[in-house]
Amino acid sequence: MTHEEKRAWTMLVVSVVAYAVYAAVVLSRAGGGPLAATTYAGALLWTVGGAVAVNIVAEIGMGVVNPRASRVKDVRDREIGRLGDHVGQAFVVIGAVSAMLMALAEWDRFWIANVIYLCFVLSAVVGSLTKVIVYRRGVPQW
Amino acid sequence: MKPTRVTNNIRALRFAHDEMTQAELAERIGVTRQTVIAIEQGRYSPSLEMAFRIARVFGVRLDDVFQYPEEAAP
Repeated sequence: MTHEEKRAWTMLVVSVVAYAVYAAVVLSRAGGGPLAATTYAGALLWTVGGAVAVNIVAEIGMGVVNPRASRVKDVRDREIGRLGDHVGQAFVVIGAVSAMLMALAEWDRFWIANVIYLCFVLSAVVGSLTKVIVYRRGVPQW
Repeated sequence: MKPTRVTNNIRALRFAHDEMTQAELAERIGVTRQTVIAIEQGRYSPSLEMAFRIARVFGVRLDDVFQYPEEAAP
């Protein structure tokens, strides 16, 4: 497994776990009441920051556990990286457009912040998943 | 579905060249060992430039390394 594939796996797992933690915290705080009235900002910022920190720690950890492992990135890694990023970026656009429309329709800030966060997570998850699948099954030819 | 219809003889050529390892070939053409594995297994179609570099390592012509199936007659 190349270093870039390990990074894709790390991003995939960390993104899913971080969002699951955030959703669990917010839902438990809501306690069956209206979600828009729930305090969410702290949990959102902590899980985003935590996910970034865990990714950095995992990167360092990979170097410590196996210092002789190659970190070379070649043309195939770059092709797969571009493909995964391209797929993931679609969700960033969907999130931005959704947030803009929700703001114009004067939705509660809770929903606007959450649709943006969800789309960031989907971007990371789908992009990483694409990379992992392409590493395993092969780079498609157009 | 195979990602590419291009087939290759890299494995046979490696063995014919003093059992060259995938790591040695990877180093000589400037890619990771995993990329050599992906090419050998038909999971990655190399660029034309990389294909020439592979052929040059073995000292053979491009079509001695890579083959593309004939199209069926209409």
